[in-house]
Amino acid sequence: MSKVNAAAQLPRRDFLKAGGALVVGFSLGDALAGQERSVVAARGSVAGPPDPKQIDTWLAVHADNTATVYIGYADFGQGASTALLQVAAEELDLDMSQVRSVGLDTNVTPNQGGTYSSASIHRGSPQIRMAAAEARLALLQLASKELDAPVERLVVSKGVVSVEGGAGKSVTYGALVGDKPFNVPFTGKAAVKDPSQYKVAGTNVPRKDIPAKASGTHTYLQHVRLPGMLHARVVRPRGQGAYGDGAKVLSLDENSIRDIPGARVVRRGDLVGVVAEREWDAVRAAQQLKVTWDAKPTLPGSDRLYEAMRAEKTNDKVLLERGDTAGAFNGAAHVASQTCLGPYQSHACFAPNAALADVKADSALIICSTQDCYTLRGTLARLLGLPAEKVRVQYYESSGTYGHSSHDDAAQAAALMSQLAGQPVRLQFMRWDEHGWDNYGPAHIGEARAAVDASGKIVAYQYEGWQHNWCAVETSVQLALGTPASLWRGSMAQQVSPLTCGGQYDIPNLRLVNHEISGLGYLKGAWLRSPLDLSFAFASEQAIDQLAYLAGMDSYEFRQRNITDARWRGVLDAAAQGAQWKPRRAASNLSAAKVVQGRGIGLGTHLASYGGAVAEIEVNKEAGQVAVKHLCGAIDAGFVVNPGNVENQISGQLVQTASRMLLEEVTFSATNVTSLDWRSYPILRFEQCPRITPVVVQRLDQKSTGAGEEVMAAAAAAIANAFFDATGVRMKQFPFTPARIRAALASA
Amino acid sequence: MASELKIRVNEEMRAITSAPDTPLLYVLSDELQLHGPRFGCGLAQCGACSVLVNGVETRSCVIPVSSVVGKSVTTLEGLPAWYAQRKKLAHAPELHPVQEALIEEQALHCGYCFNGMIIKAAELLSKVAQPTEAQIRSAMNGHLCRCGSYPRVLSAIQRASRMMAGGAEKRTAEVAR
Repeated sequence: MSKVNAAAQLPRRDFLKAGGALVVGFSLGDALAGQERSVVAARGSVAGPPDPKQIDTWLAVHADNTATVYIGYADFGQGASTALLQVAAEELDLDMSQVRSVGLDTNVTPNQGGTYSSASIHRGSPQIRMAAAEARLALLQLASKELDAPVERLVVSKGVVSVEGGAGKSVTYGALVGDKPFNVPFTGKAAVKDPSQYKVAGTNVPRKDIPAKASGTHTYLQHVRLPGMLHARVVRPRGQGAYGDGAKVLSLDENSIRDIPGARVVRRGDLVGVVAEREWDAVRAAQQLKVTWDAKPTLPGSDRLYEAMRAEKTNDKVLLERGDTAGAFNGAAHVASQTCLGPYQSHACFAPNAALADVKADSALIICSTQDCYTLRGTLARLLGLPAEKVRVQYYESSGTYGHSSHDDAAQAAALMSQLAGQPVRLQFMRWDEHGWDNYGPAHIGEARAAVDASGKIVAYQYEGWQHNWCAVETSVQLALGTPASLWRGSMAQQVSPLTCGGQYDIPNLRLVNHEISGLGYLKGAWLRSPLDLSFAFASEQAIDQLAYLAGMDSYEFRQRNITDARWRGVLDAAAQGAQWKPRRAASNLSAAKVVQGRGIGLGTHLASYGGAVAEIEVNKEAGQVAVKHLCGAIDAGFVVNPGNVENQISGQLVQTASRMLLEEVTFSATNVTSLDWRSYPILRFEQCPRITPVVVQRLDQKSTGAGEEVMAAAAAAIANAFFDATGVRMKQFPFTPARIRAALASA
Repeated sequence: MASELKIRVNEEMRAITSAPDTPLLYVLSDELQLHGPRFGCGLAQCGACSVLVNGVETRSCVIPVSSVVGKSVTTLEGLPAWYAQRKKLAHAPELHPVQEALIEEQALHCGYCFNGMIIKAAELLSKVAQPTEAQIRSAMNGHLCRCGSYPRVLSAIQRASRMMAGGAEKRTAEVAR
């Protein structure tokens, strides 16, 4: 039972001012006539976004004493929807079985911004928490009248309101408002619970979506069908060419699919596709259609990628400078430097992206798995020549996207193809479309240089990074309309990170330089889970580790010595303890054996939160193979709503990091991407999977920040440092392919 | 239009109008509207589309529907009944023990690969009741997971093996439905 906190009450005068419509709305339907149209009445039937300043936008309480929470963040399988329901249930004093959410829909759910940068809990939970607190306050005001007791004396359990110490008199939320609108403005003034009172938030509530997914009854995007729809496939060159060059059709022979009845070509500009009533006919037609493409040899090729990047004219910016870095390097006891190369990597969505579209002359419905329904709605409206309010975007979960894969490209292509076909279509990318036309995580060159004094204190640090920005135009639009390629500007996540590049440590003299190269002439780039951070940490944390080695110190103790921030220290200690770290200098156990072991430690994060990791690996020096045996990763993401789920997120991040460090690299020739499936773009398999120890550093007193990508940089660094410990050699390029490993060992 | 084929899916005879060369997957998802087997690669590389054909895990994205005529196809939807039949249980449970164990372990991330993971694990446990960790890893090696759910899947298969051996595992997770 939770007692109503007297401090949670608005002054009565304020409440009347803020919620004057409350009683009217509940008791007199006619009184609604004089008000703004209620959110509830509008839900589903008119274009959103619903007014964020109305409680009805966020919550509905039903007659059966349950509540629906309208969440503006997409669940991609990260479990955030369950965690956000925990937040709502907590403030409302409801049980988890009494709350549910609905799918994202621009006619239904609020606009909370895009689901990226691990934002769901970080930015979403305060809004949900406040809305739930405000709804609870409104409910208690009603209950107060019903039970004839002041709000201060009311207690709530599972949505049943009763009078403290009163004999059995009670009323349910459902009886108070059941399915009627609140008509209460969202003032943001209702007090929220103190975390010390939490009963649901902060606990390991099982994820709501898992039973249906395990039983096979869950509806993924790939299962959705529209009445009267055609199956659609895009026809593109196998593997993209240079961003900016597009893909030009030189000739197209529609007769080449004449033997497939019911299949036909749809085309606008260089956007080519096929549609058919039967899916297999669409698949066959897409493969069989003869198209000659103008393949321009304008890519550098993955073998020459880094030379080409080095030769580019760059837009240089000093992002951070403090102290006298050059002077400090001169007077240092030891200097370490690492120049490191990180490849293009693919989202490689396990389910190739898909989208359904029903585009009519005056309206459109698009069903897809975008990260941002409202932004996409605007883009689609411009593309289709419709007003935004005539376009409805619904989100269905596909497989995990881990950033900006081709989900928006699929949605835009489906919309264009439905418009061309004059019928609803279901577009499904094939594996080669997904792998070959992804928006890849950009390649990176990092130069890290760091120096230490005779006492083992880091005195100077410099990081210079080269990479290009993200693409701003999706492929289907570029092909259909000839829209010139352009690039994103201004996102922190596409330039050198002040957090992962030295920000973990107390460094008096520090300089960060970003060298932005043009993305034109390279592959399409976009954010891939923990964008660029694996590359940053690979260079930076190896340089730091090398300082420890040069200073003759243990890598963990050296880091402890150079960190005063309690939260960085917290994840460092948690990772070391989780891995039962025993102090000794790195590379102090070198052996001539064919198979050698090593362990390494690393720190890093994405845009917020803190990550620390320890890796234990085995290197087969003859075969040039690394096996990651154990990864321990710790995240401090402030107050963690669902620790069990964050453990699962840490586990997934660690496995994916091992995959990205050992195996993943987009390959391309002068004309096109050549890694088009799971053989040419392998990911970590079951037999290669390390043992995992996830550690959640719970901070009840800190606001929640993201936990979906914040330990990957640390883990990448830990694997690299473990390689040094095992072999005495530093890797300068990932993934750690057998050829690279053997070459590194041979040159040592 | 192709002549009508009849195939046995989840112990039911189904008349199929798709052309005989249509990959089984498209028949299962489009014509029979099943949600278990699902498209992942179309190349038999990932395991998203796995079904049991006469009890053997098979990639439905690359075999023509005509090839399963006269055989018995089991999808995720029919797995509890298939399990009950093999174990000679009076009634099919709601879920196969592997499914129960995956829920208990909260093993899923996006869950898209879990059709294949469950089908393959059920096949393994039908042949080897108490597999070693190495046997599990080896059997599951052809099933990819982009989310990196392997560690909890491993635990879940071990848990399912114990459940099937009779020691009803105590439910540790309060399952939200």
